[in-house]
Amino acid sequence: MRYAAVVIGVSSGGVEALKLLLPALPASFPLPVAIVHHRDPHSDGFLAAFLNTMSGIAVSEAEDKEPFCAGHAYLAPPGYHLLIESDRSLSLSVDQRVNHCCPSIDVLFESAADVFAESLIGIVLTGANADGAQGLKAIKARGGLAVVQDPQTASATTMPRAALEATAVDHVLDLGRIAPLLTRMCTLEEAYGAAG
Amino acid sequence: MLLDGIRSRYGYDFAHYSRASLKRRLDRALAQTRLKQFSKLLERLLYDEKSFDEFLKTMSITVTEMFRDPDFYQAIRKRVVPLLKTYPFIKIWHAGCATGEEVYSMALLLHEEGFLDRARIYATDFNKHSLEAAANGVYSVKQMAAYAANYQLAGGTGYFPDYYSEGYEFGKFKNFLKERITFSYHNLVSDGVFGEMNIICCRNVLIYFDKTLQDKVLGKFSESLRHGGFLCLGNRESLNFMAIKPLFAPVDKTQRIYQKCGV
Repeated sequence: MRYAAVVIGVSSGGVEALKLLLPALPASFPLPVAIVHHRDPHSDGFLAAFLNTMSGIAVSEAEDKEPFCAGHAYLAPPGYHLLIESDRSLSLSVDQRVNHCCPSIDVLFESAADVFAESLIGIVLTGANADGAQGLKAIKARGGLAVVQDPQTASATTMPRAALEATAVDHVLDLGRIAPLLTRMCTLEEAYGAAG
Repeated sequence: MLLDGIRSRYGYDFAHYSRASLKRRLDRALAQTRLKQFSKLLERLLYDEKSFDEFLKTMSITVTEMFRDPDFYQAIRKRVVPLLKTYPFIKIWHAGCATGEEVYSMALLLHEEGFLDRARIYATDFNKHSLEAAANGVYSVKQMAAYAANYQLAGGTGYFPDYYSEGYEFGKFKNFLKERITFSYHNLVSDGVFGEMNIICCRNVLIYFDKTLQDKVLGKFSESLRHGGFLCLGNRESLNFMAIKPLFAPVDKTQRIYQKCGV
């Protein structure tokens, strides 16, 4: 299969966006998913638990040095940057803010691009700042696939617009069409893999 | 290559640090010197101790605050303090104390629980600048205002500004708190055990290490704790998959407080 992992960045309007996107992925979704969603550093684990009950794939907040497993979506814990290590485990950091954010989407995307290169899919959704734009550019520079939510359908347009300006994006889609795209790519790729 | 050079010249070993965040800090260190290549940076670091000092500042994470995770301090008050009160004297080690905010948080808590005068807190770090700041105990008034809010959430029973004297936009923690704290240099990677502790606090430090180094450092903690002593980790760190896990029982699973039970 060409793709090995998905990273998602989302900010303002993120709860609604993730509520649509994650449950639309099948339980058999063959890739691991890492998500940075900007939120209050004091928020509890409710969002992950809530998304977990709604979704076919497992959803949880990331633990330090946890393996990055297929069929599982890992949310960056509030107040921690989330990074991917070369042994494909997750690691956390409370290092300084990037783009005024911790967790920062750029931090996740850049570390994932280093590990997965052309087998990474990066997705930027609704949000009210420019975090994620440089990260998506890094993913493209390594040959990965860039997907951005159509700003016209996003509840906050700054983040998708910044991403579109930063790099040549492969797909600009309504939120509702992103999960089908991911699923289709994986199954098509599998079919190719089986034939080849 | 850069890391090898630093190890042989200065004895700081970053080989078992988590690579992804280490890389970000190395990139930042390089950008700060305006040099283009890591080989040039190494050259400068090897011959100029001052620039190594600067480099070390960039490499160590000093982001911290007082009563970070207020619920953790609530859990200490409820679950750990009642047991500690049975001891005539207690020793606490804050490993990787950075600029000291969490150390003063603990000192305040012990004071309010009435046994700071029976306690000694050892606060260690490998960053000498951080240690110096920690020993000064001076924080901006703006920081203090934010810490006061955390203090309330953490179950503080007094009036936060009573603990420091104010002047020129800064607050300085009072001497009765500082007297109970010993600040000293200690590198978790290369230095040894620190004996007979009742509590070891090492929160959000292990996340910068790989599993091999985490195991090694946790082993040192286990050896440094007395039987029945407490190990406090960061909210996202745990003993799962770690060699010392069988020796410890969880006291508070959410707040990652463990008690040493085995030998």
